[in-house]
Amino acid sequence: MTQTRSGWLLAATALVVMTACATGTGTQPATPADAAVRGTPGGPDRATADMEALYRARIDSARSRFTDADVEFMTGMIHHHAQAIEMAQLAPTHGASGSIQTLAARIINAQDDEIATMQRWLRDRGQPVPEVHRMEDGRVMVHTPGMQHGGGHGHAMHDMPGMLSDEQLASLRAAKAADFDRLFLTLMIQHHKGAVIMVHDLFATDGAGQDEDVFRFASDVQVDQRTEVARMELMLQALPPAEDLQ
Amino acid sequence: MRPVPLQELRTRTVPLRAGALLAAVAMSLAACASSAPSAGSGQPAPQTSDVMPFARALQTVPSPDPRVGLGAGLFDAEEAIWNLRQVAFMPPPDEFLGVTNSDLAFTGDYAIQGNYNGFQIWNVSNPAQPTLEIGFVCPASQSDVSVYRNLLFVSGEGMGGRLDCGTEGIREAVSHDRLRGIRIFDITDIRNPQYVGNVQTCRGSHTHTVLEHPGDTENVYIYVSGSAQVRPEDELPGCVAASPADDPNSALFRIEVIRVPLQNPELAAIVSSPRIFNDLVAPPTHGLAPDDIREIEEARARGAFIAEVMGQTFVLPDQFVRPMLDSIVVRRGGTGAPTAQDSATLRAALPQMIAAMAGAREQGDGPRPGPTQCHDITVYPAIGLAGGACEGYGLLLDIRDPVNPVRIDAAADSNFAYWHSATFSNDGSKVIFTDEWGGGGQAKCRASDPMEWGANAIFTIENRQLDFKEYYKLPAAQTPVENCVAHNGSLIPIPGRDVMVQAWYQGGISVFDFTDPNNPVEIAFHDRGPIDPDQFSMGGSWSVYWYNGAIYSSEIARGLDIFELVPSAFLTQNEIDAANTVQLDYLNPQGQPHYAWPASFALARAYIDQLERWQGLSAEEIAEIRGSLVSAEVLSGAPQANMLNRLATRLDGNVAGSRDAARVRLLADAVRALAAR
Repeated sequence: MTQTRSGWLLAATALVVMTACATGTGTQPATPADAAVRGTPGGPDRATADMEALYRARIDSARSRFTDADVEFMTGMIHHHAQAIEMAQLAPTHGASGSIQTLAARIINAQDDEIATMQRWLRDRGQPVPEVHRMEDGRVMVHTPGMQHGGGHGHAMHDMPGMLSDEQLASLRAAKAADFDRLFLTLMIQHHKGAVIMVHDLFATDGAGQDEDVFRFASDVQVDQRTEVARMELMLQALPPAEDLQ
Repeated sequence: MRPVPLQELRTRTVPLRAGALLAAVAMSLAACASSAPSAGSGQPAPQTSDVMPFARALQTVPSPDPRVGLGAGLFDAEEAIWNLRQVAFMPPPDEFLGVTNSDLAFTGDYAIQGNYNGFQIWNVSNPAQPTLEIGFVCPASQSDVSVYRNLLFVSGEGMGGRLDCGTEGIREAVSHDRLRGIRIFDITDIRNPQYVGNVQTCRGSHTHTVLEHPGDTENVYIYVSGSAQVRPEDELPGCVAASPADDPNSALFRIEVIRVPLQNPELAAIVSSPRIFNDLVAPPTHGLAPDDIREIEEARARGAFIAEVMGQTFVLPDQFVRPMLDSIVVRRGGTGAPTAQDSATLRAALPQMIAAMAGAREQGDGPRPGPTQCHDITVYPAIGLAGGACEGYGLLLDIRDPVNPVRIDAAADSNFAYWHSATFSNDGSKVIFTDEWGGGGQAKCRASDPMEWGANAIFTIENRQLDFKEYYKLPAAQTPVENCVAHNGSLIPIPGRDVMVQAWYQGGISVFDFTDPNNPVEIAFHDRGPIDPDQFSMGGSWSVYWYNGAIYSSEIARGLDIFELVPSAFLTQNEIDAANTVQLDYLNPQGQPHYAWPASFALARAYIDQLERWQGLSAEEIAEIRGSLVSAEVLSGAPQANMLNRLATRLDGNVAGSRDAARVRLLADAVRALAAR
């Protein structure tokens, strides 16, 4: 069920070509040196407005190169990130240690920003944009306007790799202090590893990850979360053994 | 039809503040007055000094910061510039406009600018009048570029890079037309690059580093850092995504070393895949910052309980100490509040208790996590070291055997998300690691983002070990629609100082002095407003490097910016002139060159200016030395040499009494070298 927006792409490419012709640089230069553009005074130059039009056309054209798998990845990852935020938000009220609170603050900062990136990516491509709501009781809900409650496929979202089950979430909510630290790290490692699997699955799909933004974003998610997993595993090792806590 | 004449840009050039200007004038007058008697009759008048003491220079920092609140625009954004002059701006040619500009490399008169659609070669023989030699279309992200003699190397990482340089991309998840790795071009004819070969790698090439091995004239080496997912084995045989524990051929936990035979570059191939990360058990954070150390010492003075845990010093919080004291009371059969004796007992027992806890931890035979790749490796062959910025770690590598780099130290930092790149000081005594938190596509310089996150970490290298000193982050808050985080830069060869120019994406470029690693200070900047006022849009400086007197910035969306330093409260014309005596044949900033300054009057004067700025000698001595130099400059031949040698000998005598003996020695050597010209 993957399909590129080839019609869109053709139209945008045609626009690029037409714009290029209208800029006054004319047809392709006979020699590369003729392609020179000078921003400093004294030389023949292209008009700023024409360059800006070409820039916009090319950005738009690039935006048309995406597949359903890309959309599913971005949509799914918003839900995935939302759960990480819900988990991290517990740290200050559950007696987490200083280092866990710092880690949690970083996760919230990073994943909030990444959610905004994914929402922007979907919006720019005319796709439904899941909204993330922080509830008073600490839960983080994802709602896609125009779809049924829970994003229309709430069950599917729970099946994403690394997502915490309701039982796991409940046990994290019930944990305090050192128990919380240990459980938080354990579950966040599980959660992050799931995101890495989602990236792997994306790139295993024909046509997916070709979009420059998706490639960059997915690669960054993979790298950042694996780096954070390594750090969390070190932190987990550094915790006192669980039996000492009793 | 001139789109962006520089003088018409909406530029906020930051003036010296009136107070500082008055101070500067007063200084110059004072310098005139004090130097006049020493000039002597018949000698040329010594130059007046425009050097401001460092403490006073710090007061010239513009406030409020003019980078805050700049108007948006793609080619007409408002700009702020301080202690720099923009000499040229070149928008990309049509084929590259709207496609990401990436890294830079330099050879001779040319700047080579990578772009996700290929690369652009600019003739910068006159940095104020650059011309495009060729825009070569051959799509691949990130198109990280390096040059070595007649060869150009280009990184390919994305899914759409084709072996045949076609622009149509590749749809299939597995394809034999795909290029992920290194492309090799022969640029003997700069306008007509010849595609001579590829080296495919399992994770593609996000960045790469060219390493020249002293003594090996037949080959050059490339370290490939790949950070994207491992390719399917069907596409490139031998690529294994499983962890090394499950399969020793794993493409994770290693870098790739390519050997390129210079006579037959088409035979370039991977010769080793060193596992420089194996068994990495670095501490979860590097040493403490001086402020933290001070805090701990104050706590110690207050009588707080201090513990060493895994090489790290902590002040134990009360809620931790109280139960321990209570248990001591119980153990001695007592009741009530702990006594001073109980405190002493705890203090004595604490190290053992901590050791017992740590020992218990070590028994757990858990995983040995470590980074699975480096983002970037900066090699510094002159000192035989490399800095590897590798996911959660900064590594110090011994690269004297280029095929077998050896890890000699590693640092981690809980404030660092993602170790991105490394830059050594010229003498190799310091190294700066950058944290590309958020991957470069996020706004991480907002007022709400901590200054330790997405910043540089400055280390000294003592006994080949990394010792953390301080963070440096772009000091001007940026908007949420501007991607901003620490990114690529290079040293500027100001003699006697450690000065770096660095790209911060849409945070612009920042020049900072880290001579004192505990107190990095910004001394110049350039910044534009966002590309779009209302929505996030990728752009800004990908990388900025000094090359032969000019500063080149690759702007992701807008093109190529070229700057020059201008004299300021932080930098004199002599220092700039001395820097500009350094001439490189080529530059790949990830292969750091060692700067050496040829003998020049500018070099000697630069050191004198610095002695004045940091009060290394008295005003009288400085005026006399300046006078001698002026006198010597008008002479030639043996009389000049004799006079300079006399001055050098005199300076030798000043070393012992100076607060800045090392710099006086540098000056004496510079004067002696001048005499020997």
